[in-house]
Amino acid sequence: MAEKKSMAIIASQGSLDWAYPPFILASTAAAMDMDVKVFFTFYGLPLLKKKIKAKVSPSSNPAMPMKMPFGPKFFQGIDWPIPNVVSGNVPGFESVATGLMKKTFKNKGVATITELRDMCEQLGVEFIGCQMTMDVFGFEREDFLDCVNIGGAATFLEFAADADIQLFI
Amino acid sequence: MTEYQGEIDCSGMNCPMPVLKTKLKMDTMDAGQILRVVATDPGACNDMPAWANRVGHTLVSSGEEGDRFIFYIQKGE
Repeated sequence: MAEKKSMAIIASQGSLDWAYPPFILASTAAAMDMDVKVFFTFYGLPLLKKKIKAKVSPSSNPAMPMKMPFGPKFFQGIDWPIPNVVSGNVPGFESVATGLMKKTFKNKGVATITELRDMCEQLGVEFIGCQMTMDVFGFEREDFLDCVNIGGAATFLEFAADADIQLFI
Repeated sequence: MTEYQGEIDCSGMNCPMPVLKTKLKMDTMDAGQILRVVATDPGACNDMPAWANRVGHTLVSSGEEGDRFIFYIQKGE
């Protein structure tokens, strides 16, 4: 058995696509017997709210494949050339894209963000919520999961200083 | 045929769920016991040995049955 390792992650983004990496890596590292703490700051902080409302933003991610999660195989293979003027301006486009991405994840057997977050909790991952971000965006302590520890940069860095792996996402 | 004392079916699950479910199942078993894991995620072929090696379990054997991947993992001390 290898010696006990630890991992410190900063989760700074809150869109649906960016929400996956911190929860996947944190839960897997915990399953590999590592001590894991994730510091949720700025746009990452809403991922600790009791209900996650993350969406994808195709207009700010030009490389995002735009594919349909239904229909015949050739149809699902089409990468639709949606111009930014459409993805950035058509009302409701993000909601539709979010729905399609969630459907794609489900079809492929990928867990939801909420499921992965639950796994993190079950496996002993510690979540740190950024106090300053709470103040800036007007969030209240009761908006967040009970398990969240509220703290600042020093709270996170005290742990990160001795962590074997440090990631900024 | 490898004998086993526990079994978990991770069919249809994608990364990282097969590893997470296997870890939780393994927690309920005793050292030396063998867990049979069934998965359909091709990524599990690399992930399952990597996980087992990291946490001190032993991959006794692995193989394919149709479109399923089978792993026999012995729990470490």
